[in-house]
Amino acid sequence: MEPAPAPGAAPLLALSGVAKAYGRAPRQFYALRGIDLEIAAGEFVCLVGPSGCGKSTLLRLITGLVAPTGGEVRYRGERLAGVNPHATIVFQTFALFPWLTVLENVEVALKARRVEPPERHARAEQLVELVGLAGFESAYPRELSGGMRQKVGFARAMAVEPELLCLDEPFSALDVLSAEALRGELIELWLRRAMSTEAILMVTHNIEEAVELADRIVVMAKDPGRILGEMHVGLRHPRNRKDVAFQAMVDRVYAAVTGRTATEPELIGTVPGALGITRRLPHARLEALAGLLEKVAAEEGRGDLPRLAQALGPHADELLPLVEAAERLGFARVEQGDLILLPAGHTYAEATIPVRKELISGRALRVPLVRWIYETLQRDDDQRVDRDYFVEALRGEFGDEAAAQVDTAVEWGRYAELFAYDKDSDQLSLEG
Amino acid sequence: MATGTPRMARLRFSLPLPSTPPLTLGDGAILLALAAALYVGAHLALHAPPVVEGPAISLDASALPWYAAFSVARMSAAYALSLAFSLGYGYYAAHNRTAERIMMPLLDVLQSVPILSFLPVVLLSLSVVLPAEAAAELAAVVLIFTSQAWNITFSFYQSVKTVPGELREAAAAFRFGSWFRLKYLELPFAGIGLAWNSIVSWAGGWFFLMAAEMFTVGHRDFRLPGLGSYLQTAAAAGDLRAILLGVGTLVAVIVALDQLVWRPLLATAERLKLQTVEGGHETQSWFHDLLMRAWLVRQLDERLWVPLMERLDRRWQDPAPRTAPAAAAAPRRWHVAAVVAGIALLLYLAVRAAQMLATLPLASWLAIAAGLGATLLRVCAALAIAAAWTIPVGVAIGVRPRLAAVLQPLAQIAASVPATALFPVMLLVLLRLPGGLNLSAVLLMLLGTQWYLLFNVIAGATSIPQDLRDTSALLRLPAAERWRTLVLPALFPFAITGAITAVGGAWNASIVAEYVEFAGHTHVTTGIGATIAQATAHGDFALLLAATLAMVLVVVLLNRLFWLPLYRLAEARYRME
Repeated sequence: MEPAPAPGAAPLLALSGVAKAYGRAPRQFYALRGIDLEIAAGEFVCLVGPSGCGKSTLLRLITGLVAPTGGEVRYRGERLAGVNPHATIVFQTFALFPWLTVLENVEVALKARRVEPPERHARAEQLVELVGLAGFESAYPRELSGGMRQKVGFARAMAVEPELLCLDEPFSALDVLSAEALRGELIELWLRRAMSTEAILMVTHNIEEAVELADRIVVMAKDPGRILGEMHVGLRHPRNRKDVAFQAMVDRVYAAVTGRTATEPELIGTVPGALGITRRLPHARLEALAGLLEKVAAEEGRGDLPRLAQALGPHADELLPLVEAAERLGFARVEQGDLILLPAGHTYAEATIPVRKELISGRALRVPLVRWIYETLQRDDDQRVDRDYFVEALRGEFGDEAAAQVDTAVEWGRYAELFAYDKDSDQLSLEG
Repeated sequence: MATGTPRMARLRFSLPLPSTPPLTLGDGAILLALAAALYVGAHLALHAPPVVEGPAISLDASALPWYAAFSVARMSAAYALSLAFSLGYGYYAAHNRTAERIMMPLLDVLQSVPILSFLPVVLLSLSVVLPAEAAAELAAVVLIFTSQAWNITFSFYQSVKTVPGELREAAAAFRFGSWFRLKYLELPFAGIGLAWNSIVSWAGGWFFLMAAEMFTVGHRDFRLPGLGSYLQTAAAAGDLRAILLGVGTLVAVIVALDQLVWRPLLATAERLKLQTVEGGHETQSWFHDLLMRAWLVRQLDERLWVPLMERLDRRWQDPAPRTAPAAAAAPRRWHVAAVVAGIALLLYLAVRAAQMLATLPLASWLAIAAGLGATLLRVCAALAIAAAWTIPVGVAIGVRPRLAAVLQPLAQIAASVPATALFPVMLLVLLRLPGGLNLSAVLLMLLGTQWYLLFNVIAGATSIPQDLRDTSALLRLPAAERWRTLVLPALFPFAITGAITAVGGAWNASIVAEYVEFAGHTHVTTGIGATIAQATAHGDFALLLAATLAMVLVVVLLNRLFWLPLYRLAEARYRME
């Protein structure tokens, strides 16, 4: 092992060429590949990207909960082996022990580090007070609201005085108001250095949240999970969401995350087994797509993505898969953080239900995965094939994701009335 | 197997749902191992003492508290053994992938084996190495253990395997060692499952305890002083007063344990529930509340429990657990040697078992086949009768909450009496009738099995959503149509679950029901249970081995090839969730 460099010289955290693959050689599936990332002391970094880009996996690699299959994670210059003792996580679903009270949940983290009882009690009580839960020490998590539970999550994480605090979508399971309040409290604690933490790394799919909190935003992409680029957020705190500069930054990040609609062959990809890349289907519900297209049509055919996300409210995380589906089906394209309807999209948004069905069955056949299933069924003697056949065939390309991909393709095909699925026999058959 | 738990209604046995084909090579190996173990038992039994004197059972009322205490002590010893086994086995299987692949299929076969069929072999072989009294005591505890351990083990194993991912990650991120993980995560998470399954196991244990305490065969009297032998002696003497006293004591003991031990335990376990919202039904226990408020309990908690735990935590929590994830250890040489030796021994024993079986004349094999057929018919009859009354009654109770409030406690008390305890009393009446033993055998099976079905049917009927019932009322479906489209499909998974457990109990019952020595006479009817008992009485150990093995094989095959597919179908298609 190399000698640790002097403090200040090296970044707190450095990842070089990190990869995480599942499965074995020919049928390998990369969740992450070629990740290079550095985080310095004093930074608040956000990871954003579409679902499936491996941002949560990356967080687990950094905390040492998961070991990489390639490359290395260095913390203060030392190669990480096992759980990183200087880092901790705040979880999306809080991960509180339901059988322990608020105070015990904080205390147990100290207990695990063998802090003696008197000091332990005092520190735990102090932290519970710091996050504003004084008076709730003996309450059980189930008696608390989501926002209060996450405060316990923060208190527990701060109890171990981590140098690196990792946040895994910490506000996404909360209602809008609690999330906003808790974000305000977090940034307040961070800015006045009320915690001993040296750096914060947060995963989020909420781009406005990232712009509100981060000094630096790292944008990730999927297939395989990788880093696309990063942006510095130069805005001063407190940041105002209504501010023009804030909105411009949000638009820039949206544009980076959604990219620009690719050229058609690249966008569509190829049939499984053929040359080229079979692109993964976004897990989007087609019945929700109609609503999205109608909304954009009502806005003169050009929708601002951040505003569309707001309109979706609690379902905001469905937006990116829906946008991708609209691109794939040739209904819309993305440019500079806007969703722009194409002629087919306009027709679809204004059509009656029977016309929509007709339109979508033609469009769905453009999608290679759907077409491949459809053609396989046509070639079959009794036009009936086990679902497992498709899953197995895709395993080489998609690994554990294969079943979910087939399910989405089947859902699209069913919606387009191309084929039917019988749950009892677990078979697909041609429609009509 | 009678189980007297108020909770049956809410509890569904969580049978494992393996995705593998119903019978695998591994199952074959496990059955082979069972055959080898049985052979060792039967081989030992050759030297069993020909005459065993039983204890003198006093029918005096003043002896009853002692007998009750003996019975409870046996149950407690077996339960403690079961719990220790379950925690160890379940934990190891859940944390070691290699071991898991052998341990879980083994458990799956073991839990479908009719345990009472082992009683004669176990008793005879133990009486060779131990004094008769100790052998009988040990056999009773082993028998109860084998009836209790499997479902507790499954429950614990499944709990440990299904701890939510983020909680497990939180434990790792906060650097919990294995002791902390067990204490703060796995045990609390498994708590409710452990409590429920303990209650079910305990109730089931009474059935086997009663059978073991009154077991007599030929010149060997293996009875044990306890409530079971008291009831049997009372029935043989036709002493109505003693019978009533015995049954009364048994019910009182069962009810007292429920109130003082199991309900408080369940109430405690439910406090650990992994629920995100407040509310829902919680078990009420006056004794639990009383304990929680007691000064003495609080003192013990503060002065003894908390400091003790603090010391244990300090001693066993390792804040810097192994840094690198353990690489798959290469198999050591002695490891391989041990496995090879084990397989060799197993094969040798299996060959010896086959040699012993080869000495058996064709007539004996025919008798075994006839016995299996007769017992199978009885099991089917008991199941059919049970279904015929429990389905209409259970649905009637399930859809009427007010009726349920009145009837369910009554049914629970009725169900709490182990059927084997009542068996001598049934004999007293029924042996006078023509075909009396045949009748009482079916009745014993029925008594033991109907409650499983009843409570499951009630649970199934309660699970039918109100809006579906409203819809069928609005559609004015005729009664027959409503049963066909709504009630029966909704009941199906519950009825199958109940039936699987019930049938297992019925096979067990055949061992004690088809061959009885009562009031100085021996009564026998055709059946595999009778074949096993007679082989024991006559010292025909090849027949004993063959009959026991045949019964195990048939029951396991029926489970795998008939009940498991039905269960899968029920879970896949008819579960309303």
